[in-house]
Amino acid sequence: MEWAVFVPTAALALAGGVGVIAARQPVHSALALLMVLASLAVSYLLLAAQFIAVLQVIIYAGAIVVLFLFVIMLLHARSGEGPREKLPRQRAEAYVFAALYLGVLLAAALGAAAPLASIAAEFGTAQQVGESLFTTYLLPFELASVILLVGIVAATVLGRRPPEHAGRGKG
Amino acid sequence: MVPAPAYLALSAVLFTLGAVGVLVRRNALIIFMAVELMLNSVNLAFVTFARQHGSIDGQVAVFFVLVVAAVEVVVGLALIVDIFRSRETVDIDDVDLLRG
Repeated sequence: MEWAVFVPTAALALAGGVGVIAARQPVHSALALLMVLASLAVSYLLLAAQFIAVLQVIIYAGAIVVLFLFVIMLLHARSGEGPREKLPRQRAEAYVFAALYLGVLLAAALGAAAPLASIAAEFGTAQQVGESLFTTYLLPFELASVILLVGIVAATVLGRRPPEHAGRGKG
Repeated sequence: MVPAPAYLALSAVLFTLGAVGVLVRRNALIIFMAVELMLNSVNLAFVTFARQHGSIDGQVAVFFVLVVAAVEVVVGLALIVDIFRSRETVDIDDVDLLRG
């Protein structure tokens, strides 16, 4: 029964992954990324992680992909890749090493064959994740808010237009 | 029941696809999306191991990865926009001022 959901989901995720790195237009890459994110949200549901699945849709699909699309539209002019290759052998070597790396990863993944633990019905709910976040992981949780603040400040500073009278000396 | 290695294999393939994207593409935006792909494949591995061991800690780790990924995207895209404003390009081969 679960296979009937998992196999199409995995196929969509793989197709989207290929689409991200193979698309000519950055917009197509962003839409392929959206497909991967949605497929992974479905597999999180299969893995009894309902809270994480909702977070995935809200944060990744809702916020991050939209941010990517905004920037792609902002930079639309001349955001393609030129024909020039500074490192002509890099492409072939990248495929070889990626294939070797995939072999190592798959060997490790298939070696991790342990039976799934039996879990309670409330495993992965927002309540259970929240209890863990506010007890065991309270300090990292608070530090996460500091990281988010750093992100806000950094984006504001970097996105600010330089004052007109000062010129563009820093470039 | 789908066994855990099936999810882990999917995660491994997605991670490799992301790594290939980072190595092969030169558009900074697409490289960024490939990095997001790698982060997501690691999230899938975290959730799979959380399910396999019946422990919620893996899902909490995914929460923190989500936070860091959001901040990383915001700062990285701001940097790309800033580079585009001053150099009129998002091709990483054109941004080589530090080249020796």
